[in-house]
Amino acid sequence: MRFTYLIKRFGIFLLIVWLASSVNFFLPRFGGQDPMRAHLLEQAMLGGYVQAGLEEMVQEYNAKFGLDKPLWQQYLNYLGDVVRLDFNYSVSNYPRTVASMLADALPWTIGLLLTTTLLAFAIGTMLGAILGWPGAPHWLRFALPPLMALNAIPFFLLGLILIYLVTTRFPFFPLFGGYSPGTLLSATFDSVLDVLRHAILPATSIVLVAIGGWALGMRAMMVTTQGEDYTIFADAKGLRPFTIFLRYSVRNALLPQATALALVLGHIASGAVLVEVIFGYPGIGTVLYNAIRQSDYFLIQGIVFGVIVSLGFATFILDLIYPLLDPRITYRRG
Amino acid sequence: MTEQTVVAVAPRRDAGVWTDRTFSIGRYLRRNPTLMVGLLLLLALLLFVVIGSFMVDVERARPLSARALQPPGGTLPFGSDKQGRDLFAVMVAGTPLTLRIGLIAGIIGTLLGATLAFFSAYYGGTVDTLIRGIVDIGLTVPGLMVLILIAMNLRGGLDINQMALIVASLAWLFPARTIRSQVLTIKERGYVQIARLSGVGGPEIIVKELLPNLLPYMVASLIGSVSSAILASIGLAVLGLGPTESPDLGMTLYWVLYNAAIINGWWWWWVPPIVAIAVLFIGLFLVTVGLDEIANPRLRRQV
Repeated sequence: MRFTYLIKRFGIFLLIVWLASSVNFFLPRFGGQDPMRAHLLEQAMLGGYVQAGLEEMVQEYNAKFGLDKPLWQQYLNYLGDVVRLDFNYSVSNYPRTVASMLADALPWTIGLLLTTTLLAFAIGTMLGAILGWPGAPHWLRFALPPLMALNAIPFFLLGLILIYLVTTRFPFFPLFGGYSPGTLLSATFDSVLDVLRHAILPATSIVLVAIGGWALGMRAMMVTTQGEDYTIFADAKGLRPFTIFLRYSVRNALLPQATALALVLGHIASGAVLVEVIFGYPGIGTVLYNAIRQSDYFLIQGIVFGVIVSLGFATFILDLIYPLLDPRITYRRG
Repeated sequence: MTEQTVVAVAPRRDAGVWTDRTFSIGRYLRRNPTLMVGLLLLLALLLFVVIGSFMVDVERARPLSARALQPPGGTLPFGSDKQGRDLFAVMVAGTPLTLRIGLIAGIIGTLLGATLAFFSAYYGGTVDTLIRGIVDIGLTVPGLMVLILIAMNLRGGLDINQMALIVASLAWLFPARTIRSQVLTIKERGYVQIARLSGVGGPEIIVKELLPNLLPYMVASLIGSVSSAILASIGLAVLGLGPTESPDLGMTLYWVLYNAAIINGWWWWWVPPIVAIAVLFIGLFLVTVGLDEIANPRLRRQV
């Protein structure tokens, strides 16, 4: 792996972190609102009368929070806070900090996303490889329309249907939450089983939908590889069909599948947020939903930043893995 | 991250089907069942809206139009929700609203993306590097997150059009990328080179030589953008950032979740929006796949 490639990829990751924090900083300021005045006015209205000296209070608070300084100085302060992972307090869960709430929620989301993405990728790719092979049993072609339909719908739509099925027909799985209420999470067998049982419904709705996309992509690539000269040559050499399938078609079709992984991460994460909301899964999505309901702006900002940076990091890791799969990448993109 | 996927995709041929004058739509659709089923699904949804709008006053999609939580029957073919909306009216009024968000955002996104893609890919240089960089980075960012931030800052009485504009603010990224890579492969073709050698200017080559050849591709890209714009708008609505007063499909789902209609057994409330959304997404997806077949005839022969 060339050193410049690594530096460049890491540079892009840093750029994403910087862009995400800048968007967080500038978006509310371009909104043209004066948060302190708005907040104090709101409180004064709740009290039923407008206090004298509101102007002085606004100035006092602005000075306290550094909002009276010039914009560039506020910006530098903000970037400093971001580097120290200080995203302020959560307004609706005071005195908890946004960073601590993120730290609680992120493992749930990462666990759910990592398992479901890898599962869907593995199952979907295998299914697609078989579907795209001329020697596959004929009846397998009937799997194609349902795969296409599943691939088209959003994750949470399937989740809603699963909720219905579980409430009415198959009440085997818990509908809500990440673990049974009132239990303490520990490393015991029962506790792990409980967490897994709670993860089954959200995971199923992500995996079933995501399988379709991987299978369709793999199938198309399999068809393409079969038209390539090297496959025809392998066939002419008299290699066994299974060898051609595995070593020639599947192996080459896998590469674009793996590179597509980096492209769909954002899409999967956006979809998983909604799945968490409908199942009340204790990850980022549910925290975000509650934060929006309570207009907890700092928390929302922290979550958006956290998700963008985590995905940027995941992309960075994938970018480091790709040259191992295909050495041409480092040369082509430098 | 862009190039390695593009390299793997088979080189595309010119879209012969669209220039062929004898091409008959009906006969073609029979050979392209994916496109046909997709179009039929969308048509069914449109028919429902058109026929429905003759049968019901869409004003009844407002709260307090009917007795609350009535199962279907009598004057309420789809029943009513907890706030007394006539759910048949909600579906008839809401489906076109959702389509409108998708169309506005999709058209703006594709036009903007295509314009950037053509100029970026045709002229190359610093502008191209810059645009490619922005698009590549923009696509690794989960769109919904950025849209949430924008929507939070503009909160307070969003209407459907503002919602569409918010969604459109990110909808140009994907078309810009896919169309750019197509322009890159086409601009080295013989006929483009001949035009260039004959002294035809850049803008003219883009409009007269590149655009017509990429039209089917751009239509497929447009449908894809419409679909993702609708997905984004439903996502925002489900999270509680939608246009509160509107009966569109996303907001209907929001109320379904808000009132836990599924667990409470009020099936008539959630089945219609879910079916409509599923039909919409499956229809749009099949049309995109079908159009891809037109844009890329190699797929047609081999699959």
